[in-house]
Amino acid sequence: MTSTSNNLLEMRGITKRFPGVLANDQIDFDVRYGEVHTLLGENGAGKSTLVKILFGLYQADEGQFLLRGKPVHIASPAEAIAARIGMIHQHFMLVPTLTVAENVALGLASSRRPFTDLETVSARIREISEEHGLAVDPSVIISHLSVGERQRVEIIKALYREVELLVLDEPTAVLTPNEVDDLFVILRRMADNGQGLIFISHKLHEVMALSDRITVLRNGRVVGATTPAETDRQKLAEMMVGRTVRLTPELPPAQTAESRLVLSNLTINGDAETIAVNNLSLELQAGEILGVAGVSGNGQRELAEAIAGLRPLESGAMTLNDKDVSLASTRDRRNLGLGYIPEERIPDGAVAEFSVSENLILVDHAASTFLDKGMFDEQAIADHSEKMVEDFAIKTPSIKTPTSSLSGGNIQKVILARELAARPTVLLACQPTRGVDIGAAEYIHTRLIEQRALGTATILISEDLDEVLGLSDRIAVMYEGQIVAIVPRQDAERSQIGLLMAGATD
Amino acid sequence: MDDFFTTSVLVATAAAAIRLATPYLLAALGETIGQRSGVLNLGVDGVMLLSAFFAYWTVLSTGNLWLAALVALLVGLIMGVIYAVITVFFEATQGISGIGIFIFGLGFSDLMFRQQVGTPKPVPRLPSVNIPFLADLPYVGEPLFQRSLMTYLAFGLVPLTVVLLNKTTFGLNVRAVGENPQAADSLGVSVERTRFAAIMIGNAFAGLAGAALVLQLGIFQPNLTQGMGFIAVALVYFGAWRPWGVMGGALLYGVVNATVLQWKALGIIPVSISDLAGMAPAILTIGALILLARRVHAPAALTKPFSRH
Ligand SMILES: Nc1ncnc2c1ncn2[C@@H]1O[C@H](COP(=O)(O)OP(=O)(O)OP(=O)(O)O)[C@@H](O)[C@H]1O
Ligand SMILES: [Mg+2]
Repeated sequence: MTSTSNNLLEMRGITKRFPGVLANDQIDFDVRYGEVHTLLGENGAGKSTLVKILFGLYQADEGQFLLRGKPVHIASPAEAIAARIGMIHQHFMLVPTLTVAENVALGLASSRRPFTDLETVSARIREISEEHGLAVDPSVIISHLSVGERQRVEIIKALYREVELLVLDEPTAVLTPNEVDDLFVILRRMADNGQGLIFISHKLHEVMALSDRITVLRNGRVVGATTPAETDRQKLAEMMVGRTVRLTPELPPAQTAESRLVLSNLTINGDAETIAVNNLSLELQAGEILGVAGVSGNGQRELAEAIAGLRPLESGAMTLNDKDVSLASTRDRRNLGLGYIPEERIPDGAVAEFSVSENLILVDHAASTFLDKGMFDEQAIADHSEKMVEDFAIKTPSIKTPTSSLSGGNIQKVILARELAARPTVLLACQPTRGVDIGAAEYIHTRLIEQRALGTATILISEDLDEVLGLSDRIAVMYEGQIVAIVPRQDAERSQIGLLMAGATD
Repeated sequence: MDDFFTTSVLVATAAAAIRLATPYLLAALGETIGQRSGVLNLGVDGVMLLSAFFAYWTVLSTGNLWLAALVALLVGLIMGVIYAVITVFFEATQGISGIGIFIFGLGFSDLMFRQQVGTPKPVPRLPSVNIPFLADLPYVGEPLFQRSLMTYLAFGLVPLTVVLLNKTTFGLNVRAVGENPQAADSLGVSVERTRFAAIMIGNAFAGLAGAALVLQLGIFQPNLTQGMGFIAVALVYFGAWRPWGVMGGALLYGVVNATVLQWKALGIIPVSISDLAGMAPAILTIGALILLARRVHAPAALTKPFSRH
């Protein structure tokens, strides 16, 4: 096989099977010098698998690839790095207890063997930081950095190794909008320097903003290729899912009546004994969705945990359906009608090792419907689980499948199914669609709106501003532990909310 | 009690403390390196027993103490290969595999002793080596500078281990692999090779610990260690996975042990409760662990086998 073009990378006929899954099916994919080529597809489409093959983490069952026109075989990450391929993984690949310089130096040959040469490494990091506007102190320990700074360290790791082909697997999933903008400037500059980039993201506006070319995968196969000039978000979403999708949900007028959840002057401590939520008051009506917007780390997580009963109040009071629950246990709150979709699907929302069925009855396993003389009624549980799997369109080989092997979107549906099955009157939904593909996100949104019509009062805490704007009757903006504004749906403007999130007061 | 607080008795107690601390220190330092790479080795005691027996047997047959120490080192390395293959390449559960190594070491050293030696016969002990000038210092000369080469080696290995872990590329790999092996792997660091090497060093140290124990005593008997290897594992936690902390733990252990022995000898502790007093060091360690437990942070990947899939 010889190369006909002068592409940086050409992958031909890549096939990869996992037990019971054809993750990549005869995929052809190439990257030119100086371009950003995006891989788009639903959860489980095979994007990560393809780039892991490129990086030597998996071996393809069939197919070949050419790098700079020459056939190569990459058996390990070490070989990929030697071939000047870099990868920024879906999850951070940093050692939290080591410093920035140590993380960068890891795996590199040292000029002072057998000793490390952190001074030289730090000096070079500073040069790279300056050159690319990536401010970070080489001597700081990773665990002291924010997620945005950690992502910068990942980029520096790649730049330090002078990669020519950089893979970014959902690099923006944990970043704030500003951090995403900064990242894109850097990525664009790398491409302009002639490097090739493979970009993976579920966020269509990012894909439209950054890509030169877009290849769409579905069920392990390439289903189309396009460019931002030839397409739009709606068309991309349809290519991905294979059917029409509604990107912005329709919201019938709210019919609020009685108040469901009242938070009065809540003060809540964070992990480091600092005040995370400061004297916050809020009232939630039946049949409304209240969106909480804010940059992560402004107290949303602590507020959610306090409402769920996982974090004590320093002061203030909370009533749920007119009962004081300031000191109530999680179980009591649930019995009073609280449903909770936590931010971390695993381990907070579901037990990874448990089967789908076990997770579906997790909190209500002691309910009489699932018991027969004190023992589990296997038949009742199976019937219930099958019904949930069907009702919520959960993609799983069976109800006995371990939850950990489901895609993120499907794990989220399992949690949603369990929480909604308990018929909550108040639903606390935290980042319900983070890392979830468009099809599943649309589904989850539809179910939330359905609950609203049934009179459920929902608090939706999300860092995805589009989600908050699309679903909420009222939008509360959180900044430094306080609600700085509550804006009704009809008055909400993206730019104004963005300013409020950043701490601007009007 | 006044008998105890005399200069000569205190100096003798300090000397005994440092001598007693030596095997604990060697074994715990080795275990520290292993654990920093993410591998818990509960088999230390078994390795110490095996190496102690073979060192003893070597002295018994050849009279050569240095050959004995070398043999102990080799025994440690052989056990290291076995443990590394089991845990790193076959990804076996570390806790159980370590217990297996311990039981094997206990049984095999016992069997060999009964077959090859039978009744305990004393052998020459490690001579003390006086450091010129320093050995003659008042008070500190005897406990610190009139010790055996094995003791000097053990304490000398503390700063060397610090340097190894904190200043070398190997040490960086060890720390990375013990915290986040996926991250190390993604940068081309071989998790397997790093852990293999850390286990080998740890077991070599355990082998030396066995040699130190038997050559200081000058005698072997079945189950000579009586759980010292397990105490060494506890000392790693006590020392919060830092060589200096581990040394502090080993010294504390040595001091309490030596004091109890001295008090027994002086009759301060009545014979009736002397066995009870023998538990003091263990209780002390447990107490310290409870106090420390909240603050210290174990290597995040400790006991977790690594594989890419
Ligand atoms: N190590 C593995 N063992 C078994 N199956 C796997 C493994 N890795 C991936 N799969 C399966 O292969 C398919 C493709 O997964 P992959 O992670 O490539 O999807 P993705 O497109 O990256 O999805 P996401 O958007 O959720 O990250 C999925 O069905 C997944 O369950
Ligand atoms: Mg993926």
